[in-house]
Amino acid sequence: MASGSVLVIGEPAEGAVAPVTLEVLGVARPLAQQLGVPVAVAVLGQDIEGQAAELIARGADRVYLLADPRLAPYQADAWVPVLAELVRDTGAPIVLLSHTQTGREFGPRLAFRLGTGIITDCADFQLDARGRLRAIKPVYGGNAVAEYTLAGDGVQVASLRPKLHDPAPAVPDHQGEVVRPPVRLDDRQIRTRAGQRVRSALAGPDLENAQRVVAGGRGVGGPENWRLLEELAEAIGAAVGASRAAVDAGWVPGPLQIGLTGAKISPQLYIAVGISGAVQHMAGCQGARTVVAINRDPEANIFKHAHIGVVGNAKEVLPALTRKCRELTGR
Amino acid sequence: MNIVVCIKQVPDPDIPPAEFKVDEAAKQVVPPPGVAPVISTFDLHAVEAALQLKEQHGGRVTVLSLGGDSVRDALKRALAMGCDAAVHLQDPAFEGGDSYATAVALAAAIRKLGAWDLVLTGRQASDWDSGQVPMALAELLDVPGATPVQKIEVRDGGLVVERVTEDGYQPLEMPLPAVLGISNEINQPRYPTLKGIMAAGRVPIPVWGVADLGLTPEQVGVRGSRLVLERLYVPVRESRCEFIEAETGAEAGEKLALRLREARLI
Ligand SMILES: Cc1cc2nc3c(=O)[nH]c(=O)nc-3n(C[C@H](O)[C@H](O)[C@H](O)COP(=O)(O)OP(=O)(O)OC[C@H]3O[C@@H](n4cnc5c(N)ncnc54)[C@H](O)[C@@H]3O)c2cc1C
Ligand SMILES: Nc1ncnc2c1ncn2[C@@H]1O[C@H](COP(=O)(O)O)[C@@H](O)[C@H]1O
Repeated sequence: MASGSVLVIGEPAEGAVAPVTLEVLGVARPLAQQLGVPVAVAVLGQDIEGQAAELIARGADRVYLLADPRLAPYQADAWVPVLAELVRDTGAPIVLLSHTQTGREFGPRLAFRLGTGIITDCADFQLDARGRLRAIKPVYGGNAVAEYTLAGDGVQVASLRPKLHDPAPAVPDHQGEVVRPPVRLDDRQIRTRAGQRVRSALAGPDLENAQRVVAGGRGVGGPENWRLLEELAEAIGAAVGASRAAVDAGWVPGPLQIGLTGAKISPQLYIAVGISGAVQHMAGCQGARTVVAINRDPEANIFKHAHIGVVGNAKEVLPALTRKCRELTGR
Repeated sequence: MNIVVCIKQVPDPDIPPAEFKVDEAAKQVVPPPGVAPVISTFDLHAVEAALQLKEQHGGRVTVLSLGGDSVRDALKRALAMGCDAAVHLQDPAFEGGDSYATAVALAAAIRKLGAWDLVLTGRQASDWDSGQVPMALAELLDVPGATPVQKIEVRDGGLVVERVTEDGYQPLEMPLPAVLGISNEINQPRYPTLKGIMAAGRVPIPVWGVADLGLTPEQVGVRGSRLVLERLYVPVRESRCEFIEAETGAEAGEKLALRLREARLI
């Protein structure tokens, strides 16, 4: 096998390429270019053949297809040994993945299996004078920013926070190679048994890809007021999200949570209602183009992030806002 | 079932951003004076999960924390919540360690504790937001694991867990022993009772250092770390909020709708 690519590990996805994988490819390309090495993507799963063409069209020089029924649905016990072997065999200097809920699991395990370290949940990457990775990572919920390198001179692993970077743009006429390495997996290594992913019935259609998002926090006051948000969302064609306080209070299910440990969103319009704007919440909507805040407290931190603000009681503002929006949008 | 819970003491994450300060030269956070450190949020959920498992299936819960003198308060609180035993990992050699170096010490302590079935940690600590210790422990102890976990069920001597995904969860079966990183969806942590607090005061908390764990100083702390912190700073954030002026909430709502239309956002 050829050596030395910047290696992107694809988010588990059957069928089409996961959008977050394209975001990682987008940041990997300039790094590979600066290092003067190819960029490769590893795809693991069962029904993955179709992903190669799209990845190559988006600038991948090589796509490793590792197809095996034991690799789908995803489970770390099967993925990590296969990935570790691929990284060792190909001599990748840098391995990048998306910091999704799933990447949080296999990323660190892979790094430690390889005897190296991982910088998790990075906002961006640079290369230092030696060509080593320098990662920029929000810490303390977003209150501070840390810049890290990895000790030693071995392979470097890092994960990228979703929804901060655009997907890799198409490269006209780009040519790439598809490689199908043998999947060598000893069944005794697989101690776990993974089931199919279960979609939470109440999860918004696709919060993470919505162009408009309306979210509520503790200031919404209770589950009985939640319909005020849903009506606004309907009037403007938005997905509904929430702060962790609203999730912890049991008003809405977990997948609606936006923030550091929840959904990452990058809509054109984000309307935050009764949300104080804690850094850990804002970490989920850094990619939002326009942030609108409705909050009773003029000193609330959310107004430091918002472009348009209304100081007022959500219960009074929302019905009028929804009525007028309906009038304007005709919904 | 013998459960070990790892808890980290961190600066209170709820302090207003304006009070958050770093010493850029020392590459350290300067905690605001008078604000006591707390147990990292997800670790409280891990303690609660362990206590519920013990209530359902019997066994013992031992809590471990690596850190300075103040960590004893965190361990006391976990004991007051109902944990049976606590061990404090303290040694100058541990200082400045990243998640991996910390996990090396924790794994050695878990081995020293002897028979254990399950290790629980938080999904990520609320200081460095790293989220590496649970999987580092799984690797070091060579057992299956999962993170972030929102449900644990004991079935046929093994576990069935739900691993959080973006749009729901993935079920996963695994044998014991295992390591799990716990997410807040799993439960509501209990508060210590007065009786619990009194009882906790009487539990001795042994202190284990590098030598007690059979480790060398090179394996832990800054020297055992795989991450090198090159720089630490507070990002500048300029606020540019345009406020909608109105006499009433209803008027503000209408004006906001018009403003959004004008900006072609709706
Ligand atoms: C490690 C870690 C990870 C975290 N991850 C996340 C995460 O992923 N997502 C997340 O959201 N949080 C997260 N948090 C929690 C976060 O720090 C905050 O506690 C949380 O976001 C607060 O939610 P809130 O704004 O709804 O509630 P609060 O902070 O209580 O704010 C409620 C707001 O509503 C306003 N209000 C009250 N009544 C009204 C009214 N009638 N009309 C209008 N406004 C009103 C108040 O002025 C206040 O600003 C995390 C915390 C930690 C430590
Ligand atoms: N110093 C420590 N002592 C005990 N447990 C820790 C320590 N550091 C991290 N942990 C555990 O590991 C989890 C994840 O930490 P981290 O990987 O550093 O984000 C925390 O939520 C704790 O449960």
